[in-house]
Amino acid sequence: MKEFRRLVYPYLVWGIIFILVPMFMILIYAFTDEGNSVMTFNFTFDNFLRFFEDSIFIEVLWRSLKIAIATTIICILFGYPAAYFIAKLRPNSQSVAVLIITLPMWINMLVRTYAWRGILLESGLSPEVKVYIGMVYNFLPFMILQIYTSLSKMNKDYLVAATDLGCNARQAFMKVTLPLSVPGIISGITLVFLPAVSSFFIPKLLGGGSFVLIGNLIESYFLTAGDWNFGAAISLIMTIVILVSMFITRKFDHEKEADNA
Amino acid sequence: MRKYLPKIYLALVILFFYLPIVYVVFFSFNDSRSLTNFTGFSLQWYEKMFANRTMMESIYYSVVIAIIATIVSTIIGTITAIGLSKSKRVVKEFVNQMDNLSMLNPEIVTAIGLMLLFVTFGITTGFGTLLLAHIIFCIPYVILSIMPKIRQLDDNLAEAALDLGCTPWQALYKVIIPQIKPGIFTGALTAFTMSFDDFVISYFVTGPGINNISTYVYSSVRRINPSINALSTIIVVGITIVLVLANVIPLIATKRHQKAETNEI
Repeated sequence: MKEFRRLVYPYLVWGIIFILVPMFMILIYAFTDEGNSVMTFNFTFDNFLRFFEDSIFIEVLWRSLKIAIATTIICILFGYPAAYFIAKLRPNSQSVAVLIITLPMWINMLVRTYAWRGILLESGLSPEVKVYIGMVYNFLPFMILQIYTSLSKMNKDYLVAATDLGCNARQAFMKVTLPLSVPGIISGITLVFLPAVSSFFIPKLLGGGSFVLIGNLIESYFLTAGDWNFGAAISLIMTIVILVSMFITRKFDHEKEADNA
Repeated sequence: MRKYLPKIYLALVILFFYLPIVYVVFFSFNDSRSLTNFTGFSLQWYEKMFANRTMMESIYYSVVIAIIATIVSTIIGTITAIGLSKSKRVVKEFVNQMDNLSMLNPEIVTAIGLMLLFVTFGITTGFGTLLLAHIIFCIPYVILSIMPKIRQLDDNLAEAALDLGCTPWQALYKVIIPQIKPGIFTGALTAFTMSFDDFVISYFVTGPGINNISTYVYSSVRRINPSINALSTIIVVGITIVLVLANVIPLIATKRHQKAETNEI
């Protein structure tokens, strides 16, 4: 059966070329200065200095973070009750409800976002609110499904035990259901926060040209300005911000687990 | 009232999810250019869509790329997943981490990475790079879908096939593949939807004149173009038919199977 081992080698090479090398290229571009050629290395921190010395860039980064965090919170607030109510339905109705919620996700995200343009065209809402609607619309299903999965896996006997031990419905929810659904919330946060930070077509389609997030910056430096080195540096900064945020979220999760234990 | 609250809430959430879909379908039949006033029924946007070559091409590219990317990534993914199950731990860990990197990276980062790779090595962007990029980002999802099935495999079955005189390749083809078929099917379905829906990566790695549906919608968004509503409606109808078939065919198949079984008795 060891013959089968060899089957993995082609993909090993493939992955190095098409997954690792591209990431490495971003690193190289971010730490070199112009001349879109890797052959003329010129190590520099200038791209990063340029970003952090300009208040406009910092403002865009901050705005992107703020919108992603707010979107995530809104998705938890609206998604949790939805997931909770679905989990309370009869088993057959549960799968129907999940199917109904998953169906629109099969339709192209861009097409669905485009549709909101028409609805919001004469609404008089500010670009920011429109972007929020677009973000929540696109990412809420992920949050609902993640929380629902963790709720449906929950052992219902715990609730019975809590009630037997004198908890009222509210206490049982706060002390049993909610803590047990934290893993679902955490994976929901990953699925909402990550694409929300880096999103660039939602602000472009719904916010009009004036509303710029970090994804739009990366887009314009790569495709309009043609300054790949700076664009690569911005995407590296964004990736680090995302990694740090995810690390904090995970840490929070582990601490909670430790508390419960 | 309290009793109905959950159902009312769920209905509102579902309404929110379906509102834009109903909206585009409705306005695709509008008589005028307006996206807010329905002035009368007409099919002119459908006529304009079918007459618009770039638009029709974008549908063609989306479909063709999704089909080829699904086939290729499913084959590579299946082969790799089988190889992985027999590999040393170091190799397994390495490939897993690499795939995680590919799946967890923000799409825009993957996109610019591939764009830099193609351009730096002098590969002209266009249909080829678009297709290659789709295959690249689909494979990890295929592997992810197949791995659970592979873990459930009973090694003894393949060993038995070898003892009974199968070559390793026959064992693979006759014993292993049939057992992991459901995983392969899920993987292929995931790959198809990932490819068909992709915007961000396609946008960065495609070349001039080559658009899929997503990049076409994005590029024509500056002007109001109600033909996009017609295009969206076609997609909605298409996807609905595919989903209905995907859900109904297995149902009919099991019914037939049951019928055949009862007939035998």
